[in-house]
Amino acid sequence: MHLSETTTTGFFYLAPWIVFFPVIGLLINAFLGKRFPEKVIGWLASMASAGSFVISVLLAYSLWASGGHAQSVYVAPWIHIGNLALDWTFRVDTLSVTMMLVVSGVGTLIHIYAIGYMHEDVRFKHDVGRYRRFFVFLNLFIAAMMILVGGDSYLMLFVGWEGVGLCSFLLIGFWYDMDTLGRSSWANSNAAKKAFVTNRIGDFGFLIAGFLMFWYIGSVQFDEVFAMAPGLQSGVIVAITLFMLIGVTGKSAQIPLYVWLPDAMAGPTPVSALIHAATMVTAGVYLIARSAPLYTLVPEAQFIVAMTGAVTALFAATIAVGQYDIKKVLAYSTISQLGFMVAAVGMGAFVAGMFHLVTHAFFKALLFLSAGSVILGLERGHHHLAKHEAHEGHHEGHEEVFDPGDMRNMGGLRKTMPVTFWLYIIGTLALAGIFPFAGFWSKDEILADAFKEGYTAVYWLLTIAAFFTAFYMGRQIWMVFFGKPRHEAAAHAEESPLIMTAPLMVLAFLSIVGGALNLPGLHTLTLWLEHTLEVHAGEFVLSVALISTALALLAILISWLIYGRKPLEAGQPDPLKRPLGFLFTGMENKWFVDEGYWAVFVNRYVDLARFLADVVDWRFWHDWFHEKVIAGTYNWLSHIFLNRYADQKGIDAFFNGLGEITRKLSAATRRVQNGFVRSYALAVLLGVVSILGYLILK
Amino acid sequence: MSIDLILFLVLALVAVATALGMLFSRNAVYSALFLVLNFATVAVFYVLLSAPFIALTQITVYAGAIMVLFLFVIMLLGAERLPASPALPWQRPLAIFLALVLIAETGYLLLFRQAVTATVSLPQTDVFGSPSQVGTALFNQYLLPFEVTSVLLLSAMVGVIVLTVRKKGERE
Amino acid sequence: MMAGTLPISYYLGLSALLFTLGVLGVLIRRNALVIFMSVELMLNAGNLAFVAFARMYDMLNGQIFVFFVMAVAAAEVAVGLALIVAIFKTKRSIDVDQMNSLKG
Repeated sequence: MHLSETTTTGFFYLAPWIVFFPVIGLLINAFLGKRFPEKVIGWLASMASAGSFVISVLLAYSLWASGGHAQSVYVAPWIHIGNLALDWTFRVDTLSVTMMLVVSGVGTLIHIYAIGYMHEDVRFKHDVGRYRRFFVFLNLFIAAMMILVGGDSYLMLFVGWEGVGLCSFLLIGFWYDMDTLGRSSWANSNAAKKAFVTNRIGDFGFLIAGFLMFWYIGSVQFDEVFAMAPGLQSGVIVAITLFMLIGVTGKSAQIPLYVWLPDAMAGPTPVSALIHAATMVTAGVYLIARSAPLYTLVPEAQFIVAMTGAVTALFAATIAVGQYDIKKVLAYSTISQLGFMVAAVGMGAFVAGMFHLVTHAFFKALLFLSAGSVILGLERGHHHLAKHEAHEGHHEGHEEVFDPGDMRNMGGLRKTMPVTFWLYIIGTLALAGIFPFAGFWSKDEILADAFKEGYTAVYWLLTIAAFFTAFYMGRQIWMVFFGKPRHEAAAHAEESPLIMTAPLMVLAFLSIVGGALNLPGLHTLTLWLEHTLEVHAGEFVLSVALISTALALLAILISWLIYGRKPLEAGQPDPLKRPLGFLFTGMENKWFVDEGYWAVFVNRYVDLARFLADVVDWRFWHDWFHEKVIAGTYNWLSHIFLNRYADQKGIDAFFNGLGEITRKLSAATRRVQNGFVRSYALAVLLGVVSILGYLILK
Repeated sequence: MSIDLILFLVLALVAVATALGMLFSRNAVYSALFLVLNFATVAVFYVLLSAPFIALTQITVYAGAIMVLFLFVIMLLGAERLPASPALPWQRPLAIFLALVLIAETGYLLLFRQAVTATVSLPQTDVFGSPSQVGTALFNQYLLPFEVTSVLLLSAMVGVIVLTVRKKGERE
Repeated sequence: MMAGTLPISYYLGLSALLFTLGVLGVLIRRNALVIFMSVELMLNAGNLAFVAFARMYDMLNGQIFVFFVMAVAAAEVAVGLALIVAIFKTKRSIDVDQMNSLKG
């Protein structure tokens, strides 16, 4: 059944405005923003995002009021070729509205946070002019993300998919001419390129999936595809779903394409929170949930998806343990949590996956933004210090490069940044899955589903990953907020202003109560998503909840034993380094995956490119073919044949001869033209006499 | 020998003699005067050929107006005689030779080809060539050419003025 | 002595003779004025032939044509003499052999 009939009731007709608002915001900022003060720019962008949020709320209300039936909101025609008919149509159903609420809600909070964050960031990096650009990009991201989640077809989803990829690229490389420490370098650009190229590989898979759909079904519109899919061979569905999985691994940072996400932390922290934690990276999860009717047809594909997610969850969690950068830890944590979600949607536990997606958006955004607050706090301390020292006349102190994101430089921030500390604690507890924070409920639902559905391997992988999660978060808390400052900057760190902490408080509140969305027994989210997906209420399994909570508490305890009881001293290596040995070296170095990729793919690719450029293009095509064959033949033809023989000896000779004849003739006849009028008269007479003579003799 | 022939021969002799005189006079004034005489002789021929109007026009326009103009210019310029200058070497013999050939050709045509055999008598009292007849023809059949002639004369007049007028600031 | 007839060819012969003399004048004299007079002589010779033919064919057209020739000759003489005066002003001479600046 096609859902083209639009109801006249409700606010569904407003659906396009979820895109229009941010687009208007970005256009105003981009073209008129030059004269605006920073506050106006920031609030304008925030209001644009908030407008989207209001629309999303209205859509959710309309959906609730009308019984949750999916609605299509037609905007404009797009592609009409032969049998293919695609329009710009928004699909408003419980799944997409859930995503819209998360994207615009968390997005708006992060916009507001960024007003304060970027204000200081552009000053620390000495380029105030980029403030406006940041908000233009941020609004563009919201618009693209809304197209992604609101699209009615795979193609429209793909447009948004690429749009957010572009925004990701632009924002990772926001400080494109420096590295994360603000030194002049192309490191951030390279990180952006890495993200973009890696995502291209994933997009390739997504595109193949789309082509297969179009080839076998003749449509890429969601309902049409889902309606036709059961009639197809299962092999085709497996191919489609697995190619789609490649796209998911790219966008949602799963094995094997996760490598770009840690590098993406080069972007400003609000970007890390919004794009690389809360929203964009969950697009893959959304894609699988959206394609649920396809995945449920092929259990083997589901299993692969689930295993991919579970392995990623554990793998990334282990790396997070060995990281020192506060944002890198969170980045690997994000990959790990995305693994949870992918595993969940892979198992068919779509509600659990979406539930975790929502709560994760809350607490991971909270954590990232708090981390940003910590980093800025340290920057403030460092600058304060530097100014102080400059004032007193020492210069050697701040010459060394200071990394405000390195946890080894932190410590004891509990006292200097109390608000941030408490917010961070809430985020940590939510992420670690401690009762009754949001993370507990959503993670537990995933584990329970895995346990119940018989995905034993997945269950155990995720449980161990959860243990590691609690451990690395505990490690982070102890290293950052407890003990003594290991750097003077940390000792002088300053708390962030209210404009940054206020959104954090909202997120903290959501991280605490977010679990209420889908409490066991109430199943609010399940009932809500039931209108769109074929789901079943997840059951609360007490043993699973107990095991995971116990493991989490145990992990925090262990982390206290290692990092909390005896705080790290400045310059001291990680206490885990000695007992774990090469294992910790592996974690520290991300299991050498990047190096492996370089050795196996990138360098081979560079070799190939070099071969093509040097041997094939330069030596063969340029040196031999172009220079020798074409240019040589041409030269021979032109120089020897055409020039020497045809031109010089043929044409030139002919025309030179012609000229020579004319010249000689005229030299001879010019005597006749002697200027004496009587001679001319004589010539006339000669003519008269001759003609007369001719007439007589005729 | 009829009186016509005698008259013709005498007049022809005068005409040729004056023409030669004009041709060979060193002085341009003599040449002009010889030419006046020649024109007068030709005017008599016109009378003999029943063209009294033309004859009178010949006297007034040619012998009168034009030749006076010539004499005037000759005297104005003071160019009665030219100083000797190296002549074109072959000009004179070649000219005489070609002139002889020309006269030979016309003579041949007239004498041996018998191209024109008609004869004329002295003018009778008929009206052919009378001024009234000529005037009628001029103002009827040849009205347009006649008027165009006036334009021609006017433009000649303007041209002469333009050619000889002294421009402002031009030094003599 | 009787008034008889005279062949038209006599007049034509005379005309040819006068014409040739005019031609000779143009060719052998250097004085621009005399050359001009020779041209007039040639025109006269032509006029004589015209009138003779008019008499021969009993048609007035010949005489009318002579009238126009005279008018044109008058105009020509006026312009020609003006030209000679203008040339004399610059070259201080009316020798046509001195006017050869158009030599090829």
